[in-house]
Amino acid sequence: MMNQDHVLHASQDDEMESLVLHDDNGNGNGNGNDSSGNIQQPSQSPKSPFNSFLDPPSYAEAIFTSFDSNGHDQTLEQSSRSGTGSGSGSESDCMQISVSDPQEEQELTNSLVPGGSSYHTYLITTRTGKSEVGVRRRFREVVTLSERLSEAYRGYVIPVRPEKSSVERKVMQKEEFVEQRRVALEKYLRKLVSHPVIGKSEELRLFLEVQGKLPLMRTTDVASRMLDGAVRLPRQLFGSESVAVDLNDVTQPARSGRDLLRIFKELKQSVTNDWGAAKPLVVEEDREFMDKKDKLMEFEQQLSNVSQQAESLVKFQQDMGETMGELGLAFVKLTKFESEEAEFESQRVRAADMRNVATAAVKASRLYRELNTQTIKHLDKLHEYLGTMLAINNAFSDRSSALLTVQTLSSELASLHSRIEKLEVAASRIFGGDKTRMRKIEELKEAVRVTESAKICADREYERIKENNRSELERIDKERQSDFQNMLRGFVVNQAGYAEKMAAVWEKLAEETSTYSSNNS
Amino acid sequence: MVTFEGMEQQRSSSGASLSPRSPSSSQPFLSVSVSDPVKLGNGVQAYISYRVITKTNFPEYQGPEKIVIRRYSDFVWLRDRLFEKYKGIFIPPIPEKSAVEKFRFSAEFIEMRRQALDVFVNRIASHHELRQSEDLRTFLQAEEETMERLRSHETGIFKKPSDLMQIFKDVQSKVSDVVLGKEKPVEESDAEYEKLKRYIFELENHLAEAQKHAYRLVKRHRELGQSLSDFGKAVKLLGASEGNALGKAFSELGMKSEILSVKLQKEAQELLMSFEEPLKDYVRAVQSIKATIAERANAFRRQCELAETMKLKEINLDKLMLIRSDKVAEAEREYHELKAESEQATKTFETIVKLMNEEIGRFQEQKTLDMGIAFHEFAKGQARLANGIADAWRSLLPKLEACSSSQ
Repeated sequence: MMNQDHVLHASQDDEMESLVLHDDNGNGNGNGNDSSGNIQQPSQSPKSPFNSFLDPPSYAEAIFTSFDSNGHDQTLEQSSRSGTGSGSGSESDCMQISVSDPQEEQELTNSLVPGGSSYHTYLITTRTGKSEVGVRRRFREVVTLSERLSEAYRGYVIPVRPEKSSVERKVMQKEEFVEQRRVALEKYLRKLVSHPVIGKSEELRLFLEVQGKLPLMRTTDVASRMLDGAVRLPRQLFGSESVAVDLNDVTQPARSGRDLLRIFKELKQSVTNDWGAAKPLVVEEDREFMDKKDKLMEFEQQLSNVSQQAESLVKFQQDMGETMGELGLAFVKLTKFESEEAEFESQRVRAADMRNVATAAVKASRLYRELNTQTIKHLDKLHEYLGTMLAINNAFSDRSSALLTVQTLSSELASLHSRIEKLEVAASRIFGGDKTRMRKIEELKEAVRVTESAKICADREYERIKENNRSELERIDKERQSDFQNMLRGFVVNQAGYAEKMAAVWEKLAEETSTYSSNNS
Repeated sequence: MVTFEGMEQQRSSSGASLSPRSPSSSQPFLSVSVSDPVKLGNGVQAYISYRVITKTNFPEYQGPEKIVIRRYSDFVWLRDRLFEKYKGIFIPPIPEKSAVEKFRFSAEFIEMRRQALDVFVNRIASHHELRQSEDLRTFLQAEEETMERLRSHETGIFKKPSDLMQIFKDVQSKVSDVVLGKEKPVEESDAEYEKLKRYIFELENHLAEAQKHAYRLVKRHRELGQSLSDFGKAVKLLGASEGNALGKAFSELGMKSEILSVKLQKEAQELLMSFEEPLKDYVRAVQSIKATIAERANAFRRQCELAETMKLKEINLDKLMLIRSDKVAEAEREYHELKAESEQATKTFETIVKLMNEEIGRFQEQKTLDMGIAFHEFAKGQARLANGIADAWRSLLPKLEACSSSQ
């Protein structure tokens, strides 16, 4: 509805035979509040603003339409593209996600105290072709989804979920916060859906389709885990019980509470690693990885820098537009004043001149504002990629922790072997053998067998994660190339197009005031 | 002598419309230019001197051409003298004395002041009455020592610019008091004139606002320019760390950004001189009119007072004559003196009224012309900037295409 207002005022401007711009029109700032604070409300499809003011140079319009058809102009109204990036082609599901209709619900508690806390749920609608599914989810469930995905898809660059951000929650108005969250959720889910692997995941499907409570188990029941770990701990420490290693556990990073002993061991190992006592893995591969990591870090820094400057640029463009609008308004008042008070013809002439100036200034002010809305969308890509860098870092940590697991198991094996050796040497000296010692050796040998299969799993897992890293980085790199290129092109086309429009506005004013040019009379 | 035409047109951005353009030397002409600012002195004592070149065929002048060196306070002196002598005429305004800028004396400030002073003198030279002024002749011809003497020995109430400012303020508040009806109205009951006064006061407010925003607009240009420069640098760095074709595209973008930053800074200066300054000048002109309004009020009051006093004296005289007092002769003399004064005051007042009526029409025309030129320059400047920006970005597009096609 705001967009319609925008067009309406614009067309009024066009037939501005009337002396004064409407106060709404003239009130540059008033109109600017299509977008209070953060410009969340994007303009409608680029066509409409250009129809309104002046006949745009055909060049600019053509460019804009062709730019549009590349499909990279993602406004919030438009739904995300199908599940793939610009690179690979996927034949299937054109899933469109939208998040809407936040509603406040009461927390159901069993306590006798009335008036529990409340939370919001959001309607998540998934449209696939003709069919449509809608579920209600609360943010807590989104957190669960994201955690499960992190566990199940280690090594992948998984989009980072929106923050819990309790500080903002306290500072902002409730509606503002809820709206901000709604937007963030939508962006997040769309990114998930467009990931070539995650988009097809079972976890995501369950999240999007299953009504009622999310059928995904919360992964961290910290209390019971701690208990588990604590119970096993003494026995493990004293080495009297065989280490029953759940193979599944091996493929998970050591979590807080899950396996305290493992944590300690891996900690020790990582310390060992740092001191260089343990032999690192194949050095050459590591180096390539390290180089890539360094490069990415540098890139992230530059990106962050540009993103900051881009924000500044937008701010100053906005300021320019505002001041231009205020100038226009001042001239509107002057025009009105001089016309009303006119005693001399020269005053009337001046009033007319001022009216032209006011018109031009107000138009230019609007153009600046539109330019800015577009600029924000383009440069938002930068911001998005900063988020991606975060996700990449997570994928890298997956790799690191998998490596740590492998190395821990390696060194565990080594120590088991050496213990066996010692015992065997000692046993061979005593005739007949020591019953306990023999039993001990057997236990240790069993432990070795278990640990070996665990290590095999861990190795496999590590390789898998490395491969995930690699293929993801490749995919992202390609996407980034094309995304950034589009962003650059969009930004440049935008700036050029609007500059041309502004030139037209000022050229018109120059024309209107050409009688005063020093070339004349 | 033919060259004067060109000089005149070039020099005066306004106000020269009344001066004769024809090269024929039989036509009386007086053309002046203010140029070549030179900074002299040190520290607190520093000041700018200007070269004032006069070319004329007026018989009252010493010769066809004269060059003198003048400083800002000389211009102030001239203005004060004219204000004293030509009550009723809207004396062209001079740029404000700036205590702050003085220390910095940036090139832009100096140029702006020079331009404003040039306009000031030219307006005087083109005013059919003011140009006859003896003080103007002094200003344009006297030796520097003479000027210095005159400057420092100015005994009128307009001794220092700061005094002048204070007087203006007093006058302003007095006039507004009068207009607002705060004081007991010893004022004219001319409805037309009331309207004019109200118009002038309101006009000042409107203009001041427009000028304020114009000044801000200059600042915005500078800020945006700076931002584009910073943005460009950051983008270039990003391009360097990218390395490939995309990196090259970023670098190109960064460079263009920096180019545009320069354009913006240039335009900011243009805007300041060709748009904001004329607006400021307009405000000053209106303030000058307010001073004239105050003068008129003073003259009116004086006329009334004298008329009153004269009546009393007349009554007194009649009384004295009746009783055949020996003070009659003296009283008669006093009465005649007073009558002369009163007639003078009336004449003064009526002159002011007449002049103001002429001036106001002229003023409106002048301003329409001045502002028209300012608007035109504004439009041209903005169009130039916008086209420059469009061209710069457009020229980048084929390079971007090249980068993406090499993917």
